[in-house]
Amino acid sequence: MLLTPEEWTAVRLSLEVAFWATLCSLPPAILIGWVLARFEFPGKGIFDGIVHLPLVLPKVVVGYLLLIVLGNRGYLGQYLHEWFGISLIFSTAGATVAAAVVSFPLTVNAIRLAIGGIDKGIETAARTLGATRLDAFFTVTLPLMMPGVLSGCLISLASALGEFGATITFVSNVEGQTRTIPLAIYSATHMPDGDAMALRLTVVSVILALGSLMLAEMADKRIRVALGQI
Amino acid sequence: MIEIDVSLARSTGFHLKADLRAPERGVTALFGRSGCGKTTIIQMVAGSLTPDSGHIRVGDTVFYDRQAGINLPMEQRAVGYVFQDARLFPHMTIENNLRYGERRTRRPRTIQFDAVVEMLGVGHLLKRRPHTLSGGEKQRIAIGRALLSQPRLLLMDEPLASLDEMRKGEILPYLERLRDELNLPILYVSHSIEEVLRLADAVAALSDGKVIACGPLADVLSRPELLPVIGRFDIGTILDCTVTAHDPDLGLSTVSFADGELRVPLVGRPVGAPARARIRSRDVSLSLSRPMDVSVTNRISGTISAITRAEGPFSEVELALSAGRLSSLVTQESVLRLGLEPGMQVWAMIKAVTVDSRPMGFHSPGAEIVSPPASRPARPAANPPQDPPALRLISGGNPPQVQT
Repeated sequence: MLLTPEEWTAVRLSLEVAFWATLCSLPPAILIGWVLARFEFPGKGIFDGIVHLPLVLPKVVVGYLLLIVLGNRGYLGQYLHEWFGISLIFSTAGATVAAAVVSFPLTVNAIRLAIGGIDKGIETAARTLGATRLDAFFTVTLPLMMPGVLSGCLISLASALGEFGATITFVSNVEGQTRTIPLAIYSATHMPDGDAMALRLTVVSVILALGSLMLAEMADKRIRVALGQI
Repeated sequence: MIEIDVSLARSTGFHLKADLRAPERGVTALFGRSGCGKTTIIQMVAGSLTPDSGHIRVGDTVFYDRQAGINLPMEQRAVGYVFQDARLFPHMTIENNLRYGERRTRRPRTIQFDAVVEMLGVGHLLKRRPHTLSGGEKQRIAIGRALLSQPRLLLMDEPLASLDEMRKGEILPYLERLRDELNLPILYVSHSIEEVLRLADAVAALSDGKVIACGPLADVLSRPELLPVIGRFDIGTILDCTVTAHDPDLGLSTVSFADGELRVPLVGRPVGAPARARIRSRDVSLSLSRPMDVSVTNRISGTISAITRAEGPFSEVELALSAGRLSSLVTQESVLRLGLEPGMQVWAMIKAVTVDSRPMGFHSPGAEIVSPPASRPARPAANPPQDPPALRLISGGNPPQVQT
């Protein structure tokens, strides 16, 4: 094939990390997006700020914070390690956590915007028809925000595929474990004959990006047809 | 009895203090100009807005009581809320929209799906999506959806306001059927006196966040306190009448009320049917002697009970008839020229009117006859009602002017 086994590993790893990071961050992102869009409570500003912290902090700082908290001797990481034998550093799981944390605020924002665009009155209508708040959320709000969820997924996927700073700081650059496409390109540029590899991986990146954009476009159209928006 | 006694202060400076009672059957209109707090009251009854204080009670059920700390969640109030803007669920078929409340109700399902579909004439729409429906069809579905949630009370917030005149005419007959065929109290918010006259049994008139009058329609809408709501040129007397004869050759009907008879342009209702006549004060002129050689068709004698100087050149003359009353708006000059005084016997003339049958709210008419709530089981629920909207009678065609 066109790619070397080492490059295939990086591509496969990237997709794996991006997929799991997106999937795992989606439910909490929907929950927090809904809370931020529809509820007022004391301390909302601080809560909002904490959610958005990974977006504004340098990614290396995020990675270092993850190391402090979830590393093998971190505040939480030591218990994970002692009690469950889970070690995130140098592992694919750790890379997934890093990607999820970095992309989380972007996903939340996309979903929050989508909920903000849904007329609150339609939820009121559901409530007066006998639906509890939660029932109204699952039967009315959630279906109507699917376009927002989709764009949230796409942003999350793209951001996870491109994650570099937090990953390399938190889980280092281990081939087959944490060396995703960006890390592999970075490594390649440090090798005397790595230009060809860097170029091939760059092409793969472009293809992945374009592919996911087109996929999202198609899905968006279908969802909107199902929602009666087109 | 529906009891609403609430107050609410908005940060915008709007202050609502409403205290009203509505019967637990028939249509009670919340009537007033835009921004007077009608919708706010409805929202508080539905529970989407919480008052600062007071209480709301429907029959035995307390919806809200500040002192007792009761605030029933929206979903437990069982009110059918019909919004001005339909608010159908765009991602569901019409059938699923209709069944949304039906599936969730905890009350006995006395209002049947098939009956509602049939009554609203929406059987052919069931498989469609909301965005493919016209405004009038959407509003019918919204009404059906609210009915099928088996409500103990129906709230309608200007259900016709977002529709054009054609659509209004299309929906009104359905609302009349609703009123006549279901034993369900309805709170109906409207700023249109035509809609209120046609649909309501009782009225709570609101102005600036306060209830200024509340009671049976004919009583409330004839009161002078309603001036700020209705306006000088539209205020008048409401008479509950019965259709007694039709004269198709002359194109006139005779309706009788407690104090006599009125000849009006043909009413599209059978003899014996109840009708409601609205006579605007400015269309009533006065004469000291029995008018003989005038074109005016309707002549009723009465005694002046009060003369109130209105703003501008006008005076409001209240007449006591043998049973009811009638008010007339004349110029102050006429009062002086004729030497009108309380206690005097005069003849009221209600101007000849030319027939003009028009869709709802097309033009402000002089005198009008509309069909009030039927006291009998209404027409069979076979095909959707096709009769034209309330017969519209336009007086003379002249702009507002005072007759002396």
